[in-house]
Amino acid sequence: MSASNLEKVLKGGNFAVTSECGPPRGADAEVVSKKGSYLKGYVDGVNVTDNQTSVVRMSSIAAAVLLKQMGFDPIMQMVCRDRNRIALQSDLLGAAALGLDNVLCLSGDHQKFGDHPTAKNVFDIDSMQLIQTIKQLRDEGRFLGGEEVKGRPDMFIGCAENPFADPFEIRAMRLAKKAACGAQFVQTQCIFNVPKFEKWMEMVRDLGVHEKIYILAGVTPCKSIGMARYMQKSVPGMDVPEELITRLKGVPKENVAEEGIKICVETIEQMRAIKGVAGVHIMAIEWEQKVAGIVEAAKLYPRPAI
Amino acid sequence: MIVANRKPFEEIVELVKAYKSILLLGCNECVTVCAAGGAKEVAVLASELRMHREKEGQPIEVKEHVLERNCDPEYVVSLAPIIGDAEAILSMACGCGIQFVGEHYRQMRVLPAVNTTFDGVAEEQGVWAERCLGCGNCILDKTLGVCPVTRCAKSLFNGPCGGSHGGKCEVSDETPCGWQLIVDRYKEMNMLDKYMEIQPLKNWSTSRDGGPRKRVREDLKL
Ligand code: SF4
Ligand code: SF4
Repeated sequence: MSASNLEKVLKGGNFAVTSECGPPRGADAEVVSKKGSYLKGYVDGVNVTDNQTSVVRMSSIAAAVLLKQMGFDPIMQMVCRDRNRIALQSDLLGAAALGLDNVLCLSGDHQKFGDHPTAKNVFDIDSMQLIQTIKQLRDEGRFLGGEEVKGRPDMFIGCAENPFADPFEIRAMRLAKKAACGAQFVQTQCIFNVPKFEKWMEMVRDLGVHEKIYILAGVTPCKSIGMARYMQKSVPGMDVPEELITRLKGVPKENVAEEGIKICVETIEQMRAIKGVAGVHIMAIEWEQKVAGIVEAAKLYPRPAI
Repeated sequence: MIVANRKPFEEIVELVKAYKSILLLGCNECVTVCAAGGAKEVAVLASELRMHREKEGQPIEVKEHVLERNCDPEYVVSLAPIIGDAEAILSMACGCGIQFVGEHYRQMRVLPAVNTTFDGVAEEQGVWAERCLGCGNCILDKTLGVCPVTRCAKSLFNGPCGGSHGGKCEVSDETPCGWQLIVDRYKEMNMLDKYMEIQPLKNWSTSRDGGPRKRVREDLKL
């Protein structure tokens, strides 16, 4: 078992809470500590995104180390878009040496969406192969090239899954495949369409995958009707039902944000009732200050001290 | 076939600005089939250029010629008398042909009039689309005839990313998701279980990543 707090929380049978901290678009460490200060004590682990949506930001390793220094258990995200197998393995060793204990493997958004759309992408390996790579380094102590790793990186390995993307019929199989590759926990895409998520969980349980991997359900509070509409229309693979927007529209303008948070808390409660869901991942995009309130309202505070 | 696309006229005008006499060279193979650089396109561009330069008060002599193949020495060597006193060659052949003609006529500038784009097929009249990146180690057997290297925008080997929606790729609503196509094939052939096979890391050394490639057949050499 790694030194990961998140791993201990999950293995101890606790319903886990993670959140997210997007590194700043600059070299200012203060921004990281400010975002972190909102989450302190309310989460078991905090994701640090890796140039999310292909926008250049402070590296996930560096921001994760800053959060580690604040006492967090960071979950370093790693995308396959920008690094080949040489750089990925090297960064992984560096991250472990700096005391990072969790890694989340992603293929990464296409650079077309970011601020450098003319860049060349890498995609030497895919997210499942990255999971296998980390597992091999950790458990077999061998690099992909076959040489021995002197000082194995002891990481708790995570991945992501989007139950709302297509083709739907293979989305549970895809998680099974990731678990077979060595992923130990998964965080899902933001859940707004609960019935569809339940259907996916049923497929996951039919395959017995919930017994092989800890499933953390992704939730996001909607700040405004505009944000909900944007996610519904413009973010590929995001499923925002019209009823959610209708509900937000049904309250006075000044109460929309509060209603968004209420919906998020209700979703967490629904998640807790689903067999096989081991925790929640709260993605409060540029709204980190609301996470503590959500965790409290969902009666998930205090967090287990391990 | 190799698919190419003619460069914008203004760019071509700029390329030949310094010359009064050029050879405009086409190719009878791929670029003819994809309507980018065959006899027809050569004729059109030649007259466009002549008219434009006439109007500018700087007439240009444009000799037109189409080689059977620009990638084959047998045909390329026959160009010498045709080049005559042309100051430069403007080529509508693919990038291979442009380079190969240049290798044979080292004193000449050979300028590209097309952008060579991809290896693909004619999906319908007037529509061409990419199919193969020439990775040097074909795995079409595993994905039932749909290439993940080429048709998935991220060249993923183990399934669709989280951006696949309604059959389309996250990169564009105009682009089919390669992995949706693969899964459709698995279903058509009643082989969805095959999706569970984990594809190992690819050996890219057979691809361009191993450096420029070459194929030799000793038995065919003269
Ligand atoms: S697997 Fe390689 S050779 Fe086969 S179609 Fe794809 S790119 Fe071409
Ligand atoms: S949407 Fe489909 S084709 Fe596009 S990158 Fe994702 S898996 Fe590949």
